Amino acid sequence: MTSLTLVRRIAARPAIVFDALITPEGISRWWGPDDGPVLLAETDPRVGGKYRCRFRMQDGGEYESFGEYLEVSPPERVVMTWRWADDAEGPGEMLVTIELRPVAEGTELTFTQSGFQDEPTRLGHERGWSGSLDKLERHFAEQRVAKGADHVA
Amino acid sequence: MVNHELQLDRTFAALVDPTRRAILARLEQQDGASVSDLARPFAIKLPAVMKHLDVLDRAGLITRSKVGRTVTARLRPEPMKAAMDWLRRYERFWTASLDRLAAYAETREAAARKAESEENDT
Repeated sequence: MTSLTLVRRIAARPAIVFDALITPEGISRWWGPDDGPVLLAETDPRVGGKYRCRFRMQDGGEYESFGEYLEVSPPERVVMTWRWADDAEGPGEMLVTIELRPVAEGTELTFTQSGFQDEPTRLGHERGWSGSLDKLERHFAEQRVAKGADHVA
Repeated sequence: MVNHELQLDRTFAALVDPTRRAILARLEQQDGASVSDLARPFAIKLPAVMKHLDVLDRAGLITRSKVGRTVTARLRPEPMKAAMDWLRRYERFWTASLDRLAAYAETREAAARKAESEENDT
């Protein structure tokens, strides 16, 4: 499948960021895309240990994801498997890698999510198909406006 | 669903190749093009273009119709939209979550510094 990479510069030392990544107290403060509550955060941050997190979004939807820690190297790197608990249509198990690097203002965090059979798509990504996707998306968005929403069902 | 996964795999695999992306970009500009039209900008032979069209067709990204001896290819947006929805779903989750993680860690850092400076004062 494909991969997603995100980078954040955080004004906090790596040890604090790492702690927030793997402790239930930390995770319950940030896991989830909006200010809805984290309902469950269980972690066992060691190689082979499991985690499980459940959050409710502000629109009422509840989502659970779980996985296994493959590498836990404080305060530098955590690698874990990741999947939605109830996502029958999803891509299955993904690999999440979070790397922390000390920088002047604190920490540079690099997040990568990829599928296990990722190589051809990752290469494609590097060659720049994401730009094509954006372009095509714009095109389809315009087409939807032009032809009505039911054109792209 | 396995079928859904297979469809996404095919879509992404089809998009890996630069010639196929160029063909899609061309069909984005032009609603329907003949195979020889599509082959013209490339330094490859017609059979090679046909092979690329086979891949795009299997991925459901184009449709082909034949009138007389002319095969016309058209863009079909649905699989592309599914692939984009899939990408965006993860991107939304992690983009927002990492912003919240950063804000939380920065609060903790500020508290830690305050505690450290108070320790130094005593």
